[in-house]
Amino acid sequence: MSLVVVVVYPELLGTYGDGGNGVVLWRRARWRGIRSELLMASSDQPLPDGDVYCLGGGEDGPQVQAAAALRSDGRLQGAADEGAVVLAVCAGYQIIGTSFPGADGEQHPGVGLLDVATVKGQGPRAVGEVLAGPFDPGLPFLTGFENHSGVTTVGPGASPLAAVQVGSGNGVGPGHLTEGAVSGRVMGTYLHGPVLARNPALADLLLDWGLKGAAERRGQELPTPLAVLDDAEEEALRAERLASGSPGRRRSRRRHRTAPAGDDLRGVP
Amino acid sequence: MSPGIRSSAAAVATRAVNTAVRRVGRGSGTVAGGRVGLRLDPSLLEHLGAGRRTLLVTGTNGKTTTTRLLVAALEPACGGPGSVATNATGSNMPAGHVAALATGRRDATAVLEVDEGYLAEALVALDPVVSVLLNLSRDQLDRTSEVRMLSGRWRSALGAAEHTWVVANADDPLVVWAAGEASRVRWVAAGLGWRADAVGCPACEGRITFEEGGGDGWVCRCGFSRPVVDVSVERDGAGTWAVWRDGRRARVALGIPGKFNASNAVMAAEAAGITGVDAGAALRAMGELESVGGRFSIKDVKGVPTRLLLAKNPAGWHELLELVGDDTGSVVVAINARLADGRDPSWLWDVDFERLGGRHVVATGERCLDLAVRLRYAQVPHLTVRQPEAAVAIAGQHGGRVDFIGNYTAFAELLGRS
Ligand SMILES: [Zn+2]
Repeated sequence: MSLVVVVVYPELLGTYGDGGNGVVLWRRARWRGIRSELLMASSDQPLPDGDVYCLGGGEDGPQVQAAAALRSDGRLQGAADEGAVVLAVCAGYQIIGTSFPGADGEQHPGVGLLDVATVKGQGPRAVGEVLAGPFDPGLPFLTGFENHSGVTTVGPGASPLAAVQVGSGNGVGPGHLTEGAVSGRVMGTYLHGPVLARNPALADLLLDWGLKGAAERRGQELPTPLAVLDDAEEEALRAERLASGSPGRRRSRRRHRTAPAGDDLRGVP
Repeated sequence: MSPGIRSSAAAVATRAVNTAVRRVGRGSGTVAGGRVGLRLDPSLLEHLGAGRRTLLVTGTNGKTTTTRLLVAALEPACGGPGSVATNATGSNMPAGHVAALATGRRDATAVLEVDEGYLAEALVALDPVVSVLLNLSRDQLDRTSEVRMLSGRWRSALGAAEHTWVVANADDPLVVWAAGEASRVRWVAAGLGWRADAVGCPACEGRITFEEGGGDGWVCRCGFSRPVVDVSVERDGAGTWAVWRDGRRARVALGIPGKFNASNAVMAAEAAGITGVDAGAALRAMGELESVGGRFSIKDVKGVPTRLLLAKNPAGWHELLELVGDDTGSVVVAINARLADGRDPSWLWDVDFERLGGRHVVATGERCLDLAVRLRYAQVPHLTVRQPEAAVAIAGQHGGRVDFIGNYTAFAELLGRS
């Protein structure tokens, strides 16, 4: 078993630490003894072959550049057609859809991997913690941080990823109280964090998809279920974030601050 | 009231509020007084700035330190310690500028640190003789503008400011773009350790290629490229030197550490030179400084000698991890995510914490759990101790000095508490 993780155009789509998603997948594969490679794919080169592609957030100008480069390169669409996994965050999420707004106020054509369309929202920018309940019953709550001004409509060719409990996600108004979208092995989300560091179960779902896709393409046997990792640190972070996003937020903050130092001490494997 | 009378009343109010705030122990009072003054007279900054020589310092990282270095460089020629008006507490928006100028002599030379978002306003209000542009990189994206947008705003503001000399970092393409329409520029090869925000060309949206193999050049296909520098920073067996294009050399021997501070000092020396201060003398005066607002100072924290370091964003962390990189002592990393820090600590994933491998590392601060996860994926063994002083005490058990690197409020809290 082996897995190639590609971080797409980090110099254009790497504004919010989202390159970390690639690191998380790569490490979680290696910790399980799966041969894994992490590639940083620069926008002046053809996109390399991979099993999982990660796209991150970016500023308005670079976002338009990245979309144009991906459309003319064509390899991301080709890889997705052959069952590779795509995880696209924020600006990356917008550009794998059908259209998105640029800084010039114009709509730009997206890569068209996911049936979502984004327009510029009328209200204030959505900035803050997000808490969302995934529609996939196998996934626990998603936690992340959003920072965008897009309103994204999920079309009939895709499904929303989660229902928003705290935050904006795909946007405000009727039909928009959802977060992210998914279709086959292509997933988009507004969650930074990076999202896979805060949601290891989601990382493992993508890893599982990536290994299945790799096996299919190479005519190999399907992978066995992923071994369980010690995610104590991720779980501690999740517990804190989930508590801070809930209505009981102030109380829980204070509890943390006044906890005696000794109780806070945690060793690491 | 005539404008003049209103301004002096507003300046008096600023001073009165500052004194009152200090007296009741509610901080240094600079911002509160400045706000009151600006409410009484919205053009107070123009009035306080009129008839004096003002130098501005801005950029994402190094503003406070470079401002202090520049003050040290100018003081001997201005009448000694305290003779230069400055916002020493780092209140770098208009209210802080008002407070800095409302105290002391009306014609005192002023050196002001300016928030990146307020350079345009400061240029108009203060008509500075020098504007120092250090660098631009991502910082607190949840509440500040994108760096490309800032660079564009600086560019048009500096293009309209005909009187100011610009001292600009030639190694940062976003700074070079910002200075591109200024009438008078002195280019300094001040270096750029963190390049992730510099690859996209601000002129054409193409790509900037950096020279490989230790060279400093950079160029885009559109022709936008590194300007010919007026002064660079060189290192040899004998030390660090500022070397000018005309052959002049001066030693850079600072009491504060780091390559980035040597660069900050050379930027300051060039700015001082424009006001007529000999660069060598300026650098010697800067050498006396041993800490800046607690940065780089060594404090006793629960019996542990602790060097306090401040890093707020990926570029700042890049510099500090290089600074501590050769040491072997314990490191405490402290992360908060309050308003002043930025609420989103995702940027931790832009920092090469891998470089701390092999050290005793303790993660602390209100967001120590985010940091712990980051360190786990960097495969850096660590302990997680939420309370910062307890974290230092535990790191200190290995003996020797501890390096404490915190982001803004984490640093300020430890500095204030111990
Ligand atoms: Zn260009």
